[in-house]
Amino acid sequence: MSTTATAGTAAADQVKQAQDKLDAHVREIINWHFDPDNGTPFWLDAVAGKNPLLKLDFDPRKEVKSFADLKKFGHFEDDWLRGGPLRRWVPKAFHQKPIYVFETGGTTGIPKSRVVVEDHWTDYEMFSDTLPEKYFPKGSNWLMLGPSGPRRLRLAVEHLCQYRGGICFCVDLDPRWVVKLIKKGWMEHLKAYQEHCIDQAMTVLSASHDIKCMFTTPKLLDSLCTRLEKEGTTLAKQGITGVFCGGTEMTSQWIRFAIEEFLGKDVYIAPTYGNTLMGLAAADQPVPPDYKICYYAPQPRAVAEVVDFDNYDQLVPHGQEGRVMLTTLTKELFVPRFMERDEGLRELPSSKYPWDGVSGVKPFRAFAATTTVGVY
Amino acid sequence: MLHIPISRWGEPYKSMDLDKVVHFASGEVMCEVSRANAGLVERDMRHAQRARDVLREIPIKELIGMMKKAGELYANAELPCGDGTQTPDQFARMQSATTGLPEHMCKFNMEKNNFVLANMDNILDSLTRGLDLNCLSRGYGIETRGNPPVQIPVSYQAQTPVLGMVLPSNSPGVHTLWLPIVPMQIGLVLKPGPQEPWTPYRMASAFIKAGVPAQAIAIYPGLGDVGAAVLAGSPRSLIFGGTATVEQYKGNPRVQAHGPGFSKILLGEDKVDQWEKYLDIMVDSVLMNSGRGCINCSGIWAPRHTKKIAEAIADRMGPVEPLPPEDPKAALAAFTVPGQADGVWKDIENDLKQSGTWHATEKFGPRLVKKERCDYLRPTVIHCTSPEPNIVKKEYMFPFCTVVECPQDQMLAKIGGTLVCSAITEDKKWQRQLLDATHIDRLNIGALPTIKLNWLQPHEGNIVDFLFRARAFQFDKDMMKV
Repeated sequence: MSTTATAGTAAADQVKQAQDKLDAHVREIINWHFDPDNGTPFWLDAVAGKNPLLKLDFDPRKEVKSFADLKKFGHFEDDWLRGGPLRRWVPKAFHQKPIYVFETGGTTGIPKSRVVVEDHWTDYEMFSDTLPEKYFPKGSNWLMLGPSGPRRLRLAVEHLCQYRGGICFCVDLDPRWVVKLIKKGWMEHLKAYQEHCIDQAMTVLSASHDIKCMFTTPKLLDSLCTRLEKEGTTLAKQGITGVFCGGTEMTSQWIRFAIEEFLGKDVYIAPTYGNTLMGLAAADQPVPPDYKICYYAPQPRAVAEVVDFDNYDQLVPHGQEGRVMLTTLTKELFVPRFMERDEGLRELPSSKYPWDGVSGVKPFRAFAATTTVGVY
Repeated sequence: MLHIPISRWGEPYKSMDLDKVVHFASGEVMCEVSRANAGLVERDMRHAQRARDVLREIPIKELIGMMKKAGELYANAELPCGDGTQTPDQFARMQSATTGLPEHMCKFNMEKNNFVLANMDNILDSLTRGLDLNCLSRGYGIETRGNPPVQIPVSYQAQTPVLGMVLPSNSPGVHTLWLPIVPMQIGLVLKPGPQEPWTPYRMASAFIKAGVPAQAIAIYPGLGDVGAAVLAGSPRSLIFGGTATVEQYKGNPRVQAHGPGFSKILLGEDKVDQWEKYLDIMVDSVLMNSGRGCINCSGIWAPRHTKKIAEAIADRMGPVEPLPPEDPKAALAAFTVPGQADGVWKDIENDLKQSGTWHATEKFGPRLVKKERCDYLRPTVIHCTSPEPNIVKKEYMFPFCTVVECPQDQMLAKIGGTLVCSAITEDKKWQRQLLDATHIDRLNIGALPTIKLNWLQPHEGNIVDFLFRARAFQFDKDMMKV
């Protein structure tokens, strides 16, 4: 298996510096969330033995000094995020700040919720720095064609656009309805809903808004480009130069197909991997011949590791497959060692991102058969 | 390593996603198949009309000739297969290796496909009820009817330029259903079953070598998203699946769903006392082709003697054991999907807890046979004292049948949907009721095995009616230019 990183392999001292920075960041974040006066109620209650979901029998501020020490927490369970009270997740230091709540899942039952103050802005500002100016020119207007409603994406992409000096035009898409349509087998309705979304995107693109950049998902990019092709045009001819793509699984085959058959050489595509808990892992545009998509988490705010399928305490060797484990380390949210619903290959640190990456991301094999993924 | 590419209207395309197709018994990788993505299918459908256009340039009569030639090539020639070639023997061996069907059954299915192709003229003549086939090309024609003779315009309008197909892995026999499509000048968009890429590719190779334009056929191996894209992109499609699939597409005019057949043999009051005379057709109907087809019998209904019938069938089928796939006496296909045979047997065991059921093949030893890389289920016969137990409504992918005791006058009300019904009776009144029963698709009256098909007759709806709409059409002959 290949272990080639996208921007050249990182030097050993680069990797060491990044690790030191991460360890220092871990200490800062642990001190913050477990500070008795300003920390996070969920975690403080866990230490005090008052949290019915989790009891910690150690003092993290004394015993956690490095990223490796986070093993003491075991694994974060995302089910803890279902239902309220949501304030337990907000550090006391932020209790007076305006709070956003973003949800994942939720087609049936109670969705998982994440409270946010400004993390989505910070994550997307950091991501902004990874976008090439040539294809995502500052001041350009954007089209946001992706999941909206209680999802983080809508506000985050709009902020990204505004941060870069543009105006964001949004199309509404409810992924929960899409999942229901699939589960009910109402494929004609699914097609009609997809067409409804593409109609709106076409209208925005046709309205002289000088849109140069867009966010969308792989399936919606397929549909939009197919529609444009039917109407004798292309994304490039519509003036789009940069596509930020994410939200669902992306394979190398798909990205090759998109580049070769829809985007051409004039449109840059930036694949991303992420979720409401972690933020956004960036990747450079994949190139021939293997079109490998190699993601790097925004360390030290988030860490993506690839661990052994049978032993989550063990990293797999570089180039080997394993399950993705995420850790979020921001002042707004501490999520230690959350086992993602994905698997992938562990990648070498690169000179641009001197920490481990992950490629070949796909649904975790144990869940793949039972989960409806990549629906929008 | 043999690689089988996606065929984009005849253009090979190697995907970055490759699926390995393995030998069910040895685990040996038989080939790598390129996996399509849904967007690729959706984009390619812009050429669907071209598929019909290139076929329409060839008169139907010539296409029928090509089918006959293609049948011979398919059955006898070494043909291109991906980046290699394949002889007929290699084809049968590979198909057996990946589907679990014994080799001699694979060869039998080849003969069946060849027979259909060789008789395409008669089949189309029957399916169109003697229509001048040029009507399908032109969209209209003139027929002479009545006395004194009157000329009547007839019009058959194609409802789609291509037929989409989501094909199964478990029954190579179903391919006969789509063979008449190309000579009707309709293109093919095929999604092969994950374990059975062989027939679609070999048949396409044979068609192309026989002169059919490559641009008329597209083949997209892939996962569920590719199947959904084929269905979404084709105004008319066939899909093969389980009961849930059939239910999902019920009433959808774009999709003809083929699932379990629940085919049955009914013994009438007037014939049941001579049941031993019909034992051979009962056994053949259940056992042939390893019980995999929708036309295999899964229920034998009679007003009396049912326990004796069950015992007699069990005596014949119960001892059958798994044999290597290359053994010409092999009667059982392997279950190659891990856990599938266990699931089926667990379901049967659960149903046997209900009163009124009795396992007639139990005395011949365990039915579930587990091997290192595959499993088998040996023939299973269940006696039911009434139509009430749940197991009466079951059908599985191996030689399995229930023998159900039911008064003749209640049978039609209780049998449920039945693809093939062989009713053994001379009772005139009952024959009338059988002929009128709309929940029976193919009706045989007499001692005919359910698996004996007359290829000149429609199967689960007439494919011509599915693809073409008869409509009114009038014209001024001085103005007509087409």
